[in-house]
Amino acid sequence: MGVEVISVSVDSHFVHKMWNDHELSRMVDGGVPFHMASDQAGHIGRAYGVWDEVQGIEMRGRFIIDPDGVIQAMEVMTPPVGRKLAETIRQVQAFQHVRATKGAEATPAGWEPGQPALKPGPALVGKIWEVWNPKMEK
Amino acid sequence: MAEEPKGCARVTGSVAGEAPEEAAANQPVEKKERTMSVRVGQKAPDFTAPAYYKGEFTPVRLSDYLGKWVMLCFYPGDFTFV
Repeated sequence: MGVEVISVSVDSHFVHKMWNDHELSRMVDGGVPFHMASDQAGHIGRAYGVWDEVQGIEMRGRFIIDPDGVIQAMEVMTPPVGRKLAETIRQVQAFQHVRATKGAEATPAGWEPGQPALKPGPALVGKIWEVWNPKMEK
Repeated sequence: MAEEPKGCARVTGSVAGEAPEEAAANQPVEKKERTMSVRVGQKAPDFTAPAYYKGEFTPVRLSDYLGKWVMLCFYPGDFTFV
């Protein structure tokens, strides 16, 4: 799929190392395979609108950035609920599909790779039911 | 003292007592509004940051990843529970 991951929190890179060595490497073989960045002053978090001024932390923010450096998707959550990776992967695959068609195709709700995508145009108006219905969502 | 709840939020210190309002009022206040807010369809703000990567401390810069898809992930803190 070819996606580079960068994680960011207010912890120092030294703490990132400890977290990787003592906990995450026991959950993931070989340890964390991506850059764990440190934003102790919150400058990056502020720029991305995920900075919590009161607690001095960053909320769970996830940004899908395309090869041109443009944000295609974002999701921001408060701390107590974790994310679902499968949905992020689905979104990346859908954006990659759209980009591969140079924007000629769009993906319907719940679309997954291998399923029919939509070719917006006069012929499709009022006819989406012919190519897609919600029951096709896996 | 009551025990702090053990949630995912990072416990932080804060100043106690009366705020020194007089002193603060005499200071020329420089408003630094650096809270840009990002939107989909717009360029992701570039940044550079110290990072830990596979046993080394290697700085990371977002613009080095131009030409690739990137998932940028913020989270509240190391060693939190979720």
